[in-house]
Amino acid sequence: MEYFAPATVGEAVARAETEPGLVRFLAGGTDVLVQLRSGFVEPDLVVDIKRIPGMRAITAENGGWRIGAAVSGAELCRHSGVCADWPGVVEALELIGSTQIQGRATLVGNLCNASPAADSVPAMIAAQAMVAVAGPEGTRDVPVAGIPTGPGQTSLGSGEFITSVFLPARGDGGGDAYLRFIPRTEMDIAVVGCAVSLRVDGETVVDARICLGAVAPTALVVDDAARAIVGTRLDEAALSDLGAACSAACRPIDDKRGTVAFRTRVAGVLGRRAAAIAHDRARARTSE
Amino acid sequence: MSMIHVRTTINGDATEFVCDPRETMLDVLRDRLALTGAKEGCGTGDCGACSITLDGQVVCSCLMLAAEAEGTEIRTVEGIAEGEQLHVLQRKFLEHAALQCGICTPGILVASKALLDENPDPTETEIRYWLAGNLCRCTGYDKIIRAVTDAAAEIRETQ
Amino acid sequence: MALDDAATREFKVVGTRPVRPDGVDKVTGRARFGADAYAPGMLHGAILRSPHAHARILRLDTAAAKAAPGVKAVVTRKDFAEGQTGENWNVLENIMADGKVLYDGHAVAAVAATSVFAARDALKRIVVDYEILPHVTDVDEAMTAGAPVIRGGTADNSVPDSMHPNVVRFHENGHGDVAAGFAEADLVLEESFRTEATHQGYIEPHACLAQLGPDGKGELWCCTQGHFVAAKTCASLLGIDASQLRVTASEIGGGFGGKTTVFIEPVALALSRKANRPVKIVMDRTEVFRATGPTSSASMDVKIGMTRDGRITAGEGSFRLQGGAFPGAPMEFTAMCAFAPYNLDNIRASAWDVMCNRPKQAAYRAPGSPMAAFAVESVIDELCNRLGLDPIEVRLKNASREGTRAAFGPRFQRIGLVETLEAAQAHPHYTAPLGPNQGRGVSCGFWFNHAGETAVSLALAEDGTVSLSVGTPDIGGSRASMCQMAAEALGISYDKVRTTVADTATLGYNDVSHGSRVTYASGLATIRAAEDTIEKLCARAAAQWGIDREAVVWEDGCARPSGPNAGDFEPLSLAKIASRMGRTGGPIVGHYEATPEGAGVSFATHLVDAAVDPETGATKVIRYTVVQDAGKAIHPSYVEGQYQGGAAQGIGWALNEEYVYGEDGRLQNPGFLDYRIPVASDLPMIDTVIVEVPNPGHPYGVRGVGETSICPPLAAIANAVSNAAGVRLRELPMSPPRILAALDAAQTDSG
Repeated sequence: MEYFAPATVGEAVARAETEPGLVRFLAGGTDVLVQLRSGFVEPDLVVDIKRIPGMRAITAENGGWRIGAAVSGAELCRHSGVCADWPGVVEALELIGSTQIQGRATLVGNLCNASPAADSVPAMIAAQAMVAVAGPEGTRDVPVAGIPTGPGQTSLGSGEFITSVFLPARGDGGGDAYLRFIPRTEMDIAVVGCAVSLRVDGETVVDARICLGAVAPTALVVDDAARAIVGTRLDEAALSDLGAACSAACRPIDDKRGTVAFRTRVAGVLGRRAAAIAHDRARARTSE
Repeated sequence: MSMIHVRTTINGDATEFVCDPRETMLDVLRDRLALTGAKEGCGTGDCGACSITLDGQVVCSCLMLAAEAEGTEIRTVEGIAEGEQLHVLQRKFLEHAALQCGICTPGILVASKALLDENPDPTETEIRYWLAGNLCRCTGYDKIIRAVTDAAAEIRETQ
Repeated sequence: MALDDAATREFKVVGTRPVRPDGVDKVTGRARFGADAYAPGMLHGAILRSPHAHARILRLDTAAAKAAPGVKAVVTRKDFAEGQTGENWNVLENIMADGKVLYDGHAVAAVAATSVFAARDALKRIVVDYEILPHVTDVDEAMTAGAPVIRGGTADNSVPDSMHPNVVRFHENGHGDVAAGFAEADLVLEESFRTEATHQGYIEPHACLAQLGPDGKGELWCCTQGHFVAAKTCASLLGIDASQLRVTASEIGGGFGGKTTVFIEPVALALSRKANRPVKIVMDRTEVFRATGPTSSASMDVKIGMTRDGRITAGEGSFRLQGGAFPGAPMEFTAMCAFAPYNLDNIRASAWDVMCNRPKQAAYRAPGSPMAAFAVESVIDELCNRLGLDPIEVRLKNASREGTRAAFGPRFQRIGLVETLEAAQAHPHYTAPLGPNQGRGVSCGFWFNHAGETAVSLALAEDGTVSLSVGTPDIGGSRASMCQMAAEALGISYDKVRTTVADTATLGYNDVSHGSRVTYASGLATIRAAEDTIEKLCARAAAQWGIDREAVVWEDGCARPSGPNAGDFEPLSLAKIASRMGRTGGPIVGHYEATPEGAGVSFATHLVDAAVDPETGATKVIRYTVVQDAGKAIHPSYVEGQYQGGAAQGIGWALNEEYVYGEDGRLQNPGFLDYRIPVASDLPMIDTVIVEVPNPGHPYGVRGVGETSICPPLAAIANAVSNAAGVRLRELPMSPPRILAALDAAQTDSG
């Protein structure tokens, strides 16, 4: 295995593109190192992108936020602007692992690991986040939902890597939230995750996007759940419909972390609870 | 396979080492630098026994390639006491019997110190969540929480 | 053996809370644990393990590994001594397979190389062809006709001929007439329970550094609960003389029973012998879960009868435990502990030891007892609920007391169960209000406690300080309590004593640090060794004064004339006598070697409040109180620590911890990510009440405390969760999917 720490995006792409063997990009390393240690992945080249300028920066852009690929959970949590605009995305990243993991884990790493249970991915999808992909053909912008293609699989080509995430302008009346179910209070992988991003006019939901994690091979956008609450004041009936739509959309599996029945049921519960939190946050933003 | 030359600072001392690209920071601390205070309990970032600070941020040294240490500042449990003067956390852990076997203690001290450096008056809940990545199988955490709380109080009184 | 004077004695050092002697080393990172040893010329060992639950090895070719860069030795089963019998054969079979692998993770070969990476790379070059065989991992399935036979002919003669060959031992005990007892009852309940295997979960993986030369002389450094047993076992497995292998116990990063046997130590020695260089092996966490001993899983049926006023008329239990692919599941303890807290006229308990394709079980804190309490105390709770009785009143009414005859035979001596129940009843926790979706659980628990072979040596230095050598590895602060007992007995201060865990070449044989025996047995031995020392000190004083030995007494750390008739001499302190010992007869060393009898049994009562989220099945333990009889708490902080640690492990076992096997018989969760031990944010503070009903078998009244604390939690939490959820949970762990399914089932039944 070779370790390479390029100084520019171009260097990284050039070296990765010409590597005949297996390449892994390294930012926080909280997944890559585990795979290395277990022998699950034996890369020939590891490209550490942390020394590339901008990778650890958070910058305002078009009313939204551009977050470098190596920005850690701890760094994101300390950023008052992102926390104010996208608390659901921040809490989704912050839920991953321990204080120690937070010191290293990144949004982009969580995305590229392509786990169906990734916490921040449903939150980013609900937020309609985009990522910037650098590669041999230059840079392209891709919706977050376009990256994972299946468990452990991404759409990234040879020599390509993600350099940043873009969270769009939040705007008035917007609020998001992420909840997950885990058996313990910390340190577990989500059994079910649910992100809700919505916009209100007064108390009425005018726009919503709901995304479930860990109930399908990739994060699942549930349009029926969004439709169930748009035009409502998120009353009990709307929440109940939202929950039913979330449960109906689930295509989960039985595994060591949960059962089909459990995931299906709890997806609905989390959908309702996350929507209520997002709604409260949205209304708070309106009244500011 | 070529080795990598790394320059870093550990517990305030300029340190150089060579390592295999596959070696973790924990491997190098323990096997090349004789700093065996950090422990490997899992190798996957789930237990926190290998906790160190990297540029002030508490991290698992098992989840960091040693090559990444270039140009950084690292602190380990061996750097907590100042000479013969134990850090207040170390004293409180002893007074409160906050360790039984002691294998998790280095990681918990490193993590607790990082907490108190950032938040000198944490609540019980804040301490518990901050330390959720530091597994202890002996104590049930009760005495650890008491020791950290008491250390924080003493630090606040003396500052 | 009589209680010397514990009831009336005023202790000076015992009962205080001094800083432990190994404390500074452990908070500064200096303490040397298993993996912290290095040697010049050291090689690194790694072990190849089976990916199959049950398979025949058709071919094992190590030639390419031997030729790999940096490899200095490769070993397989043929590198160990033949002719092992009994448990040594089982241990050898467990640490290195021979022809057939019996569980996922079973070792098949090992290499030693110049680096960890070289060793791991070389493992990939070992070729193993397997013929996969049908497997079984469930205890009930393993007993049914048609289940794959793991190893025929293993059963001993206790097992009826009609049973499946996987059933290898049978035990029963009891007295009275249970049928008559049930006929007397107003309500009889019979329910079935299951518990999954859990791992001890010590944070330190097994680690050792071994050196064995062609001359048959060796050194072994390892993290172990019993280095003397390690020496004995390794010597046998390597075919060398036990006395030629010196074993040093490192600091140990948790054991809880799981480090009472050997796994990697004989392998490292075999590699070292072949390479003629020191070899270090450190398990990774996956290996710890796959290839070291978890506890048994259990399937149980319990039937109890009770009168309307809460008298238990009879108890009957069937307990089926699997202990992996080897005999040894602690089912007899399950059967013996099940009804031990209760004074019953009619008891019958039967138990079966069953083999499955799982790793060889190892002791885990009160092996066999927690699951027994889970089943029995759940049924008692349900009886109390249905009869509208107070759970502590019922337990008090039926509690075992001094003179109660246990189901397994003996009558209890002085015991403290009633005192723990009374203290629990009086504790504010018991009457505190509960919120919505919250429930309270009560349970009692019992453990025998053990004594075991013990030797200590206590040597004086010329400056009046004391070196105490014990042979029981310190797994939770025992060096502090040894220093306290030595200081108390000698009449000197705590900081004048240093306790060392001596290596196997330095001290007589010592049984393992298990069975809650250390503070009891090494403590008793320390006190007796101190008394032996005092005898010698008094003899020196008598000689100096020119009076009879009988005319000298030892008080407050000084030899004194026994009375005016003995003469008028200035008292001679220990330090004073020691300073002159070179000129008065030479070194003064006290010692004790024996197998003490009188490890008093121990009882506890736990109170738990739990909250259950009815929408998700999530459970949170919100309040926990442990009440336990310690006999006498030598260092109360470490006694509390044992209570809290046992409770925390019990919470994990009850709610989240389990071995999850796939259809292929492979362990699905061999890591701390998915083997979910409690983290700090999962738990509340754990309140403790130390009850002290002195054990007549120890000079200061000590009872072991380490194990009893894990006996009540499974049941206490199950009772709390069942009361919170309104539905009885009979299977552990009570994971959220299981709770939600139980709630659904209850709703279906009632709707």
